[in-house]
Amino acid sequence: MNPLRQYLDFYDANAELIAAHAAPVLNDRRPEARAALREATLPAKGAPGYDIQGIDTLFEPDYGINASRLSIAADTLEPFRCEVPNLSTWLGFQVNDSYIDGSMRQLPDGVMVGSLGDAAREFPDVVARHYARIAPLDDAQVALSTLLAQDGICIYVPRGVKLAKPVQIVNILSGNVPIMASRRLLIVIDDDAEAQLLLCDHTQSSAPAMLINEVVEVAVGARAALHIYDLEQSTPATRRVASLWARQAEGSSLHHGTVTLTNGITRNNLHVAACGNDTETRLLGLAIAKERQVVDNHTTLVHQGLRGRSNQLFKYFVGDEGRGSFIGRVKVAPGAAKVEAYQSNKNIVATATARVHSKPELEIYCDDVKCSHGSSTGQLDADAIFYMRQRGIPEAMARMMLVQAFLSDVTDAIDIPALATRLRQLTEQRLGNVKALCGDCKADCHNPINPKQ
Amino acid sequence: MLQINNLHASIEGKEILRGIDLTVNAGEVHAIMGPNGSGKSTLSAVLTGNPQYTVTEGTVSFGGKDLLAMPPEQRAHEGLFLSFQYPVEIPGVSMTNFMRAALNEKRKYHGQEPVSATEFLRLMREKRAVVELDNRLASRSVNEGFSGGEKKRNEIFQMAMLEPRLSILDETDSGLDIDALRIVAAGVNQLKTADNATIVITHYQRLLDYIRPDFVHVLYKGRIVRTGGPELALELEEKGYDWIKEELDDR
Repeated sequence: MNPLRQYLDFYDANAELIAAHAAPVLNDRRPEARAALREATLPAKGAPGYDIQGIDTLFEPDYGINASRLSIAADTLEPFRCEVPNLSTWLGFQVNDSYIDGSMRQLPDGVMVGSLGDAAREFPDVVARHYARIAPLDDAQVALSTLLAQDGICIYVPRGVKLAKPVQIVNILSGNVPIMASRRLLIVIDDDAEAQLLLCDHTQSSAPAMLINEVVEVAVGARAALHIYDLEQSTPATRRVASLWARQAEGSSLHHGTVTLTNGITRNNLHVAACGNDTETRLLGLAIAKERQVVDNHTTLVHQGLRGRSNQLFKYFVGDEGRGSFIGRVKVAPGAAKVEAYQSNKNIVATATARVHSKPELEIYCDDVKCSHGSSTGQLDADAIFYMRQRGIPEAMARMMLVQAFLSDVTDAIDIPALATRLRQLTEQRLGNVKALCGDCKADCHNPINPKQ
Repeated sequence: MLQINNLHASIEGKEILRGIDLTVNAGEVHAIMGPNGSGKSTLSAVLTGNPQYTVTEGTVSFGGKDLLAMPPEQRAHEGLFLSFQYPVEIPGVSMTNFMRAALNEKRKYHGQEPVSATEFLRLMREKRAVVELDNRLASRSVNEGFSGGEKKRNEIFQMAMLEPRLSILDETDSGLDIDALRIVAAGVNQLKTADNATIVITHYQRLLDYIRPDFVHVLYKGRIVRTGGPELALELEEKGYDWIKEELDDR
């Protein structure tokens, strides 16, 4: 049976209840979403771009939907392990799909970080212009989200405003019964504005099976800059289907990093349309898939403007029975001359039972471009391991250090230094049962700004 | 300190060492010479526990303990050090992290506390001076982008940091110009004490002008076929290996 059926039936029976707890601008988009889903199906394994893992089966279980928006308790202290030392942020929380303010009230005038419902009242034009407009409703996952979403988060930075510190949203999945959360995020960065956003995904350790169906819409204005870092540290019972749809105007810059350290099954789709001329785009990905984790990242980057530059770097470490996949597509549209687009995917497969699937794709419809892609998958260097052991470093630690080194290209490319440092520690903890090497050392050798020698 | 008895070892079923006997005492410098393919590097690999090689016969005792029963890291902790002929580049692992891990693991093995950050940085400074490496060393990745000479100096730097009881220098002179050779040899000599010992594996007499051996052994077809004093190295330099080969192959 089409896994969408149960959600459509639920919607048809509860449309009024759903609408009663949502802002008009969200309700306005539901009829079109419902119509789009009449014949739609969620992509199954084998569908284009879904080579090893479909998402249809992820929606099959009978998840509950909190349409009456009952308040669900969450331990907001637990995720405080995602506090980043030496990094001051404007903080907010989202429990399932409900926004809870942290310290956003101190944001500069005109900047909005808050619930989509509040944003719809304060900035109705901004929300109406972009909500469920950037992400296409002919994508079944987007349509389903648009059909059921009752709230979400809106980040709006008006023209010319440069945020002095990052905005951090800590997402917590919580509940006593299996729940599907429709999470929406709308990010609008006006012309010449700048912002950094840190998203941390957690599942309360006590929570049963949870499904996140997330849609992020991003509009980056002319000459604006947006950096997004999305870190997932969830549980084996968590299923995450997340898609990001971004549009970049002329001269804008978008940096996005996806880091998956612990999870169950994750599918991340990044769709970036570099619409304007002279755009800059960087997509980073780092995944550690051990035990039975599945991490599936898919990027689609379309260069439509002149002189666009893009760089993608995705690195995976898979062990145990972990599985990872990277499918990356770069498309250079006709007339998009002088584009420079690079893509690289490198993977280490540590065990015979782990699997990686890598599929780089370039589609170029313009002659005057520089594009390259590369993919490599292999094991750790046996000579390096022996060299380290000869110096007295035990084999397990040597392996851990080599994996950490392998992943360091990605962490080094993260342009919030405190976050990069924190991620190095987190990857180290995730990789080894070996005590984090740098845990108690004060030498701070990783930080090029502060060499204490 | 080191006693090798009738050591046989093979790689992929091919026997390379065919009954090595060698005793090294504290305070001694032994040179092992021999033509290409005679098993010199295999001997160093087998002693340090390189998993590519299989020991098929014989015993090795190091400081009274059964060396062959230990994993490579434990051999290192017991004080065995190999200066690699081809030091491995490890991109992304800084020399600082690498050395700190190595040093602290050794200290842990001997029941000592980890070295403090200040003390560690002081040690790094002091020891890199032994081989005239500059202060960029600490932040560079292990051997990555090092010149041939820098790699060999880096090996001796690590030896200085770890203070081994027995060092094996495997073709440390290969690829070195005369200045680098002098620096490396001076470093080795500076680290020499009455309590440690060195095995120098080399093709040429050249290095032995700087590091004076007490004994010279000639390895041929997996066996030590001749042992003498420093004069043996000079004789080999003059006459080559052919006279030994002929003598042995004629038998």
